[in-house]
Amino acid sequence: MTSDVVIVGAGIVGAACARLLARSGLRVLVLDQGAGAGGTSSHGEGNILVSDKGPGAELALAQHASSLWPGTADELSNELGANFPSIEFDRKGGLVVATTDTGAAPLIAFAETQREVGVDARMLDIAEARELEPSISDTITAAIFYPEDAQVQPVIATEALLASARLAGADVRTGIRVTGAVRNGAGDIVGVRTDAGDISAAAVLVAAGPWSGEVSRSLGAAVPILPRRGMVLVTTRMTHRIFHKVYDGDYVGAVSSSDADLQTSSVVESTASGTVLIGSSRQQVGFDDRLQVRVLQELAAKALRLFPFLAEASLMRSYGGFRPYMPDHLPVIGRDHRVEGLWHASGHEGAGIGLSLATAEIIAAQMTGTKPALDAAPFRLDRPTLARYLAEDVPA
Amino acid sequence: MSPGLFPRSEDGIRPAASDALSISVDGKTVDGLAGQTIAGVLLGSGRLAWRKTSSDGSPRGVFCGIGVCFDCIVEVNGIRDVRACQRRARDGDQVISQHDPLPEVTE
Repeated sequence: MTSDVVIVGAGIVGAACARLLARSGLRVLVLDQGAGAGGTSSHGEGNILVSDKGPGAELALAQHASSLWPGTADELSNELGANFPSIEFDRKGGLVVATTDTGAAPLIAFAETQREVGVDARMLDIAEARELEPSISDTITAAIFYPEDAQVQPVIATEALLASARLAGADVRTGIRVTGAVRNGAGDIVGVRTDAGDISAAAVLVAAGPWSGEVSRSLGAAVPILPRRGMVLVTTRMTHRIFHKVYDGDYVGAVSSSDADLQTSSVVESTASGTVLIGSSRQQVGFDDRLQVRVLQELAAKALRLFPFLAEASLMRSYGGFRPYMPDHLPVIGRDHRVEGLWHASGHEGAGIGLSLATAEIIAAQMTGTKPALDAAPFRLDRPTLARYLAEDVPA
Repeated sequence: MSPGLFPRSEDGIRPAASDALSISVDGKTVDGLAGQTIAGVLLGSGRLAWRKTSSDGSPRGVFCGIGVCFDCIVEVNGIRDVRACQRRARDGDQVISQHDPLPEVTE
């Protein structure tokens, strides 16, 4: 059977695309080398943030995605019924603080630029910040509250989107690895080769997160997506003393940095079960997933700048995963200008959970020939900032 | 299998007799044997769950039993979040079960 679209990757981006495409009447097949939500989607915190993005295309995408989540959460809940677990959409709000005198002014100026493009970024005095977070360090020097920041349980959200896609007719096949492209005489991609045989499709959409670099290379049209490792520490359960996502303003700097060496910045929040999650790090070490104590040490030490009481906390475990890193810090969403039949929805770095819904909207609009709600031009693969990374990769 | 204590008379290992001890659990006396963990005393008394989750108050007791999951935590002699499966019971221990309700978030 020929599919209209084969989606490579059953993470949250592939799942969100599958749902919208299947609902618009296309025959959709989702393939994943592992399990659904088996990669980046299950190795982060489920963030839906606007606070960490400066004005520009990615913030616009994040703002649009943020507006889509409440409705989609309701739709999924109604559609899948009471037996399907809740995706735990929670607009818990983000509190970004500066912990140094020199950090205060840049944070306040950054929030001002965000306010100009419609982000709800409320400057708080220290007393107001301590009302929101009574246990926060008394040495903070500035605080901005972002009520729009939210999160979901990312594995449940991915599975819910996949379940919804199936209800709309999509087929999801896991444990199948894509090894290459099927091409016609004109060189167009008309399917994928897999370790379970060839599959023909009118379009192939790569949504393989940090593996999209490898997948796109195997399809003969490489996209410069690299894995960037991130780690999170988990404390043992304790009385809830942290009520929002709280992060040090230098997180913004670490995420938007291109430095391959270790970057860490404090992001601290508690979970419903009472554990505290302490992130975050960024490292370009390929797909090396070995434990590095140095990273964990830095995370723990920096968390104390926000919440000194954590010095008494016990750590239960750490986890981490790979974020799909783009050299120009923007995802790639849309058709591949080099090869007919190939599409991309990848490279969301650490923001893919939040951005997935808006990404899927763009893909579905473009594939069905309607106009996306949002200007998708900044995410095109043929944008100028990617030209030098694509120059060496001539399609096979 | 019941979580109750296996009777020594039926134990093919033929262990030596253990000293008895008793601890207080939420104000009630629970008898156990020297060498048992607090979780062992609780399980031996026929109790499977002693904590409630914050999100929906679901019952929790020993899940892993080896100190990894932190599901069995209790307050012991004033110290919170002690893993019942790792803490050896001492005669007279005051054990209080834990339930932390979800906080109300201020906007």
